[in-house]
Amino acid sequence: MPVWTEVLSLTWEHLGLVAIAMAVAIAVAIPAGIGLAHRARAERWALGFAGILQTVPSLALFGFLIPIPMIGGIGKRTAVVALVLYALLPILRNTVAGIQGVDRAVRESAIAMGMTAGQLLRQVELPLAARTILAGVRIATVTTIGTATIAAAIGGGGLGVFIFRGVASVDSQQILAGAVPAAVMALAADGVLGWIERKFSPA
Amino acid sequence: MSAIVAFRDVGYTVGGRRILRGLSLEVERGETLVLLGRSGSGKTTALKMVNGLLQPGAGTVWVDGQATTAWDLIRLRRRIGYVIQDVGLFPHFTVARNVGLVPSLESWPEEKVRARVEELLRQVGLEPQEFASRYPRELSGGQRQRVGVARALAADPPLLLFDEPFGALDPVTRVEIQALFVELRRSLGKSAIFVTHDVHEALRVSTRIAVLKDGAVETLTTPGEFRQARGKEVEAFLACLD
Repeated sequence: MPVWTEVLSLTWEHLGLVAIAMAVAIAVAIPAGIGLAHRARAERWALGFAGILQTVPSLALFGFLIPIPMIGGIGKRTAVVALVLYALLPILRNTVAGIQGVDRAVRESAIAMGMTAGQLLRQVELPLAARTILAGVRIATVTTIGTATIAAAIGGGGLGVFIFRGVASVDSQQILAGAVPAAVMALAADGVLGWIERKFSPA
Repeated sequence: MSAIVAFRDVGYTVGGRRILRGLSLEVERGETLVLLGRSGSGKTTALKMVNGLLQPGAGTVWVDGQATTAWDLIRLRRRIGYVIQDVGLFPHFTVARNVGLVPSLESWPEEKVRARVEELLRQVGLEPQEFASRYPRELSGGQRQRVGVARALAADPPLLLFDEPFGALDPVTRVEIQALFVELRRSLGKSAIFVTHDVHEALRVSTRIAVLKDGAVETLTTPGEFRQARGKEVEAFLACLD
């Protein structure tokens, strides 16, 4: 029977993994998506690469990273790197789609009225793409909360510790102690981010 | 006084297709020159060269005595009003913020922008109290295009460009806005280049008409002399009149 203090501490650890991974993924993917939105060839390569990363089975990706110097090894750092790689694609794809989805006539008007590239981005493209970009962040966050349970396999901690322990000892209470908080966390993240998303007007 | 806009032997090719071939044309201050032509005649391409949305592949476009390639494009564009068929209002800005955009970009004081927006909305026949805080999606097509015209006039640019601005409106609204355009042009004394494929519209709004065919001027005439003008394309357009 898992003790409450351990559930709380592993939930907290899980949340930490997800928060750090998402912060890094957002910091990389949104600026990259902005840069790629108007460069057709680079966009195809980048989205293709991020798409391939996504097809690697998650347990295998965690395993592949272990022998790599600097980012690899056993522990949290490797786990966070793997989670970031997974989170990149949805954010990148939605940022590109959001900016490309801005009405052609609106963009042309903005340029014809003498907006600089920075003004066009800040006053027109980003506000109009915000809802789509946030949808990407929401999808990535929910996925990352689930995927982060595998971090335990390479010593990254988090709620996966319960799940792997439960599987090894055929103890469904242990499995539930990991799975239920992870599911609740995912639902909560989906709800909160969805609420923020709807605050932005569809346009 | 020199022309406000001059095209000199302007050529433009895209994907192996020649859109403009040796277009030469001058626009005098205070006139409304209509570029009349069918789809593919190059009229929109020519218009977009005036505010540097496109640059000529050959020849030169002069605005205020300076080639568009030598202009700081941001400065050039803020001196030119631009109205297009799809209007392109910013959906996330109120009517007031749409209209006041260029003055705000030019860092006018807030109070002055507000006063200017009210003045413009009245000029285009929209009561500021009723419309200033609305969003574009809360307007009819005709009201949207009125806002588009007000936005183009906002920073009092000497030159206005219109690309089939009223093409998507119903015929009644269309004639009303054409009348508004003619009245504003007379009272404000702006120079304008107006692209259309509608010969009725060309006759209504212009002081001079350039008929474009295959990327060059076929005939240059006035609305009064249009019926007597010569040229195959002119005759094709005259056939639409009766």
